Amino acid sequence: MFGYTLRRLSLACLTAAVAVTVLFVIIHLVPGDPVSIMLGPRATPEMKAALTAQMGLDRPLPVQLLTFFANLLHGDLGIDVFSGRSVTDIVLEQVPYTLELILASILWSATLGIALGCYSAVRRNTLGDRITAVLSVGCIAAPSFVVALYSLLGFAVALRWFPAIGAGEPGDWGDQLNHLVLPSFAIGLSWVGYVARLARASMLEVLGEPHIRTARAFGLPERWITFRYALRIAILPTVTVIGVGVSFLLSAAVFTEIVFARPGLGKLVIDSITTRNYPIVMGAVLISTLVFVLATALSDIVNALLDPRVKSSVS
Amino acid sequence: MTYKTRSELRVILSHLLRDPLGLAGLAIVAVVAFGALTADWITPYDPIALNIMDRLQGPSAAHWIGTDQLGRDTMSRVIMGGRVALEVALPTIGGALLIGLVLGMIAGFGPRWLDNLIVLLLDTVRSFPTVMFALAVVALVGPSLQTVIVVIMVTSIPTYGRVVRTQTLALKSNEFILAERSMGASTPRILAVHMLPNVMGPLAVLASMDIPTVIALEAGLSFLGMGVKPPTPSWGAILNDGYTLVRNTPWLVIAGGIPLIVTTLEFTFLGESLRDVVDPKLRKQR
Amino acid sequence: MSTREALLEIRDLSVDYATAQGALRALREVSFTVPKERIVGIVGESGCGKSTLIAAIIRLLAPNAAIRSGTILFQGEDLLGNTEKRMRELRGTAISMVFQDPMQAHNPVLTVGRQMVDIQYRTGISGAAKRRRAAAMLAEVGIPDPERHLDQYPHEFSGGMRQRIAIAMALMARPGLLIADEPTTALDATLEVQIIHKLKALQTEYDCSILFISHNLGVIAKLCDEVVVMYAGEVVERGSVRSVFHQSIHPYTRSLLDCDPGRIKERTGKLPTIPGEIPNLVSVPPGCIFVERCPDRIACCQCERPGWHEAGDGHGGACHLLEGP
Repeated sequence: MFGYTLRRLSLACLTAAVAVTVLFVIIHLVPGDPVSIMLGPRATPEMKAALTAQMGLDRPLPVQLLTFFANLLHGDLGIDVFSGRSVTDIVLEQVPYTLELILASILWSATLGIALGCYSAVRRNTLGDRITAVLSVGCIAAPSFVVALYSLLGFAVALRWFPAIGAGEPGDWGDQLNHLVLPSFAIGLSWVGYVARLARASMLEVLGEPHIRTARAFGLPERWITFRYALRIAILPTVTVIGVGVSFLLSAAVFTEIVFARPGLGKLVIDSITTRNYPIVMGAVLISTLVFVLATALSDIVNALLDPRVKSSVS
Repeated sequence: MTYKTRSELRVILSHLLRDPLGLAGLAIVAVVAFGALTADWITPYDPIALNIMDRLQGPSAAHWIGTDQLGRDTMSRVIMGGRVALEVALPTIGGALLIGLVLGMIAGFGPRWLDNLIVLLLDTVRSFPTVMFALAVVALVGPSLQTVIVVIMVTSIPTYGRVVRTQTLALKSNEFILAERSMGASTPRILAVHMLPNVMGPLAVLASMDIPTVIALEAGLSFLGMGVKPPTPSWGAILNDGYTLVRNTPWLVIAGGIPLIVTTLEFTFLGESLRDVVDPKLRKQR
Repeated sequence: MSTREALLEIRDLSVDYATAQGALRALREVSFTVPKERIVGIVGESGCGKSTLIAAIIRLLAPNAAIRSGTILFQGEDLLGNTEKRMRELRGTAISMVFQDPMQAHNPVLTVGRQMVDIQYRTGISGAAKRRRAAAMLAEVGIPDPERHLDQYPHEFSGGMRQRIAIAMALMARPGLLIADEPTTALDATLEVQIIHKLKALQTEYDCSILFISHNLGVIAKLCDEVVVMYAGEVVERGSVRSVFHQSIHPYTRSLLDCDPGRIKERTGKLPTIPGEIPNLVSVPPGCIFVERCPDRIACCQCERPGWHEAGDGHGGACHLLEGP
């Protein structure tokens, strides 16, 4: 297990390194002087000279790449031209908001999804199962930002049940929770359908296995069989799927933050693009990529922890 | 070979027609495609013509879904939006599928070092959160239809590449392939004649399930202003127009969203139906 | 069959499966009895309906199965007329089962102890008492150091041990009837012998009846008192093990015995087999079910279904050749 964890983490580091290199290359591939790109149209000649020296743009490219990596390992992503603050600080400030949104979405959608999937599997082919199936597909299909817009229109603007803007007063948990409802609902909706289908398939597979037949042959109550004997096994793949969905969740979070004008990585990136603040954009993309690589690695490790069959398929 | 494919197509088609959801999917997709092809002729107004006098009108007899803040007819823009969606989706998926197919087959069939290299590349591309990556590229290059197509295509390649690679690897050690090789069949021939037909099924399902994702992604990017350039009427752009004045122009938001939801829904039903046909058949073939 | 009091009585049981091709007639008018404190074997090749029969007795048939007709009486109680609730009360207490594949019979994520305690949920005793009973039962089936083993997971045991655990679980509630569905098929020969001996000893000690399904004639001969021979959904012969195996009256039984590898005394180039396969049970042919593969068939076998003929002392078979001149 330890060996697998080590291998998986090294793979993650390798992937991250290549990803960072790719980003670096993209920045430099773009036609034009990278310094102007980095600083944007408002840069003064002094800023340009300073950055050129700092980035060592007079040095050969491989050296630049290495310096980039060195800086990265120190957590140094450069300085924001407008505020003078470190890019890393600015980006990390926004990460908690996005994280709390993603976590809230996962929480409610995974719980509801597993419940629905379990119900569908146990009441297979009944009307309830069929309705859930169609709804699940429908939920998956609706793009999350459209759901966000519609819920904004419906629940916030028209019905005024929930606030339309922002994350709420810091320190006021109730208010923050109130502001989380609609955005996490929008993100979670597609997820519910997906988790429900997975849970259903997983439950059906487990319910068909011989040991469940044994349990029935001993007259154990159906409720025990569903929850204590079957669900305990069926839940494993559903849990590991969450790691796979981090990319989707991140994308959905970006859109939702814009729609609901919530602070977070998404809003930061969009605002920075509009103001041509490229260091922030790059910094945000870099950090989210690294977080994503780490998240998928962790999810694979948890998966292997729960299911030994997976350990053997590391390429 | 052709005889087999034709009868297979007939089987697939007959299944699709019998499954109610698949049929619905096929029907709506046909409607959207028709709208996209004939947009130039059937739109009541020019989608990009400004008419400030008539701005921000609600639904009426003259404008079935009203007008936006520049007086453009929403109905026409919605119809044209279908074309934009398909204009993005088809080349994107087509390109990603082709490149993924080639890369996957090379990775599966070729030498080990090449396989490792390709897998590393694909995994790296996969490690970028899609929207973030798209935003980064757009930030550098500026929004446009071409940028959107290229970015989404690149981020989609790993999905197809991996599926093709897995299939190729599985088939590589299949006995009849070994037999063919021992008889001197060349690699391109093996790939084309044996691997390709086996891979087409899952790829087709993947592609049809991917179309709604790509359409949604394009719409999302356009909604953020990072996609197609105005005045091109993408559904996402319509949503954006509606959003900025959401309290005054709810019909724009509704009108932009519904075709998106319906289209993604129907492509998904189509894909599901397709998968029901392809999967058990594959198992029978084995 | 013997004149002892019947524990389980099956009369004219017919079970169909609904398939895409039509109704598959898996069991057709199956009748036999399991007397009290006796071991009855059911022997037949794959597809003879053994699994359907067992599933029908404990009423855990597949959703597409339908009981067409017949009765199953257990201690006088009509099992087919029972509610599901009543059946659940009987399962594991009055009637219990040991399944064929020990590697998949137990829940992989719960300890053996937990599973053995769970099946005692109807008794009113304390958790500790349930554990003690479980440990005692494990000792009975020959598992050393039972207390420690209770806290282990099924995959930590070998196949033979797992089957012993399965037997322990089945006998824990002192059932009247133990149904063993090919319990030794998945085990190697030495283990098979041990399990059979253990079953025989436990049966005497616990005074239960055993319905033992197998396709291994040697095991049936060693363990069972009576035997029922089934072919393609029908009972073709039944009686005491002695009369059925030494004085078989049905051609199928004779063919089975001829093909039994245990009976081969001299070196031979070819192993004897019964040529052909079981017929299609969706469209059941009109005559005798064994006619296509029967070496002794006569003219009427093709068109007329044979009736049941008693050869005396509970030994009988369904064959036209048994009819008197």
